[in-house]
Amino acid sequence: LKPIVKEKGFWVASIAVMLAIILIHYNILSYFGLLTFHSHVVSNLYGIALMSFAVLIANNLYYYRPRKMSYTFLLIWCVFFAIIATFLVDYVVGKIFATDSQLIHTLAIIQFFKLGFSFIILFSVTLTCLLWYTYADVHEENERRNQMLVLNKEAELSKLRQQLQPHFLFNSLNSINALVGTKPAEARRMIQQLSDFLRFTVRREDNQLISLAEELQHLNLYLEIEKVRFGNRLSSEFDCTPDSQNLKIPALLLQPVLENAIKFGLYDTTDAVNILLRSSVVNAELVVEIQNPYDPDTLSSSTGAGFGLKAIGKRLQLLYNRYDLLHTELNQNTFITKITIPQTQ
Amino acid sequence: MIQAIVIDDEPLARAIVLEYLQKYPNIQVIAECADGFEGVKKIEELKPDLVFLDIQMPKISGFEMLELLDHRPAVIFATAFDEYAIKAFDNHAIDYLLKPFSQERFEQAMQKWQTNYQGKNIKNEGVENFLAQSGFMASAQNRIVVKVRDKIKIIPTADLLFIEASGDFVKIHTSEGVFLKSKTMAYFESSLDSSLFVRIHRSYILHITELTRLELYEKDSYLAVLKNSQKIPVSKAGYSKLKHILGI
Repeated sequence: LKPIVKEKGFWVASIAVMLAIILIHYNILSYFGLLTFHSHVVSNLYGIALMSFAVLIANNLYYYRPRKMSYTFLLIWCVFFAIIATFLVDYVVGKIFATDSQLIHTLAIIQFFKLGFSFIILFSVTLTCLLWYTYADVHEENERRNQMLVLNKEAELSKLRQQLQPHFLFNSLNSINALVGTKPAEARRMIQQLSDFLRFTVRREDNQLISLAEELQHLNLYLEIEKVRFGNRLSSEFDCTPDSQNLKIPALLLQPVLENAIKFGLYDTTDAVNILLRSSVVNAELVVEIQNPYDPDTLSSSTGAGFGLKAIGKRLQLLYNRYDLLHTELNQNTFITKITIPQTQ
Repeated sequence: MIQAIVIDDEPLARAIVLEYLQKYPNIQVIAECADGFEGVKKIEELKPDLVFLDIQMPKISGFEMLELLDHRPAVIFATAFDEYAIKAFDNHAIDYLLKPFSQERFEQAMQKWQTNYQGKNIKNEGVENFLAQSGFMASAQNRIVVKVRDKIKIIPTADLLFIEASGDFVKIHTSEGVFLKSKTMAYFESSLDSSLFVRIHRSYILHITELTRLELYEKDSYLAVLKNSQKIPVSKAGYSKLKHILGI
């Protein structure tokens, strides 16, 4: 929001009003028979003073705007400046043109009329500015709301995109395409698995708590699909203590970790890849460990270890406001991702 | 008989190509490979006419594999990359199949290949141009893949000292030794991170973290002294580039 005094239109209007005030004042003086140089000076001084105060008020309104329906303070401003504009100018003129008794006399006659006029001018300017600011506020608020809507939509879209994992999806479809011709029964099974997997992914709301056992089922589905894709190269082992399986975990938290481990294992080595998932209860918290083989010589920065885990670390931090929940370590040829999930209640 | 090799890390992805190829009795698939290492070996050994190539594969990508080849077969890419990421292909005489692809789309690609290459004993300029222009492979990975005799070596760009022009090759100097790669200086100049690698001379690209000081050599020419006290020449233009980057 910018101050109204930075608007060109404001200055054009102000100067127009000022000229009108000067003209009116001059005409009133001439009505009283004053057509002198002095009446010019007085009219100009009054017009300039009044409009200066109006600009001052307009400028101050940028910094201070009263809450709705508490305009007493503004009224006091207007009265105060109307008094100053009227009496100050009259006083100064009285000092300068002390000998022009006709002028001083006339000014005294119209003084109270001028006071009212000054007040009306200042009050109109104040109201106009208030309206302008209110309108600008509403406009800005709308803009902000629109921007937020756009941002929300983008976030939602990127979430969807991530959930659907296009690379995984298209490669799976490609495998199904191959199976349809040669092994239709297996193709059917894979379509079923892929559908179950996608349904689970789409249905879950973010951060919904489910039991580890439930999440493991989902992971199994994912692994089954990946095993069809990669054949004998991929194997997996689950080693979960029974008590850990009942603990709660945010839905879809482990799947990206597993995906990362598989990608990392499969793309950084050419050998068979065994993924090991262990879970246990430590200090009443759920600890899940995922291990994948790793080749220190390959060094792929874009598909590499840490890359896919950043988002997971961020999510854990947002959920639990702790930074110590994601831990990774390199153990010779094994990459270990360890996740701790605090149990609320 | 046309000889072809199918390279993809997923067995079923290879199977679908083989299935579609049954319609082409004059094409014989002489090998199937599950990764780029095997791919390089088989292509050099068997010198096929046509290669079906996946992009995301273990160890080295399909692009990196192509860079290592002396024998240049025609290539049809098959990938699950989205269309946006693969727009780079559009200007080149290479076709790509987006997985999953239909028999019809496959036949289109074969048609394009047949009109472009078959029977013409031309070098596969499409692949050459494509590799020369698409710097995104090396820079995106922050690594350079080279062949040392039969072994494939992956050099992280952080380990480079400098790159030296040498005829049709470049010499890649690292603390572990010098490796040859058949690429141009311009290729490396455009694909390496320009805030770290500066072309200081017609024949030299310097990794600036390796620089310790500059010595005046003759009027207007300098020598860059590296951490391992090797000295390489700096041209006048190279000196002003260095000054600009180092902020002196």
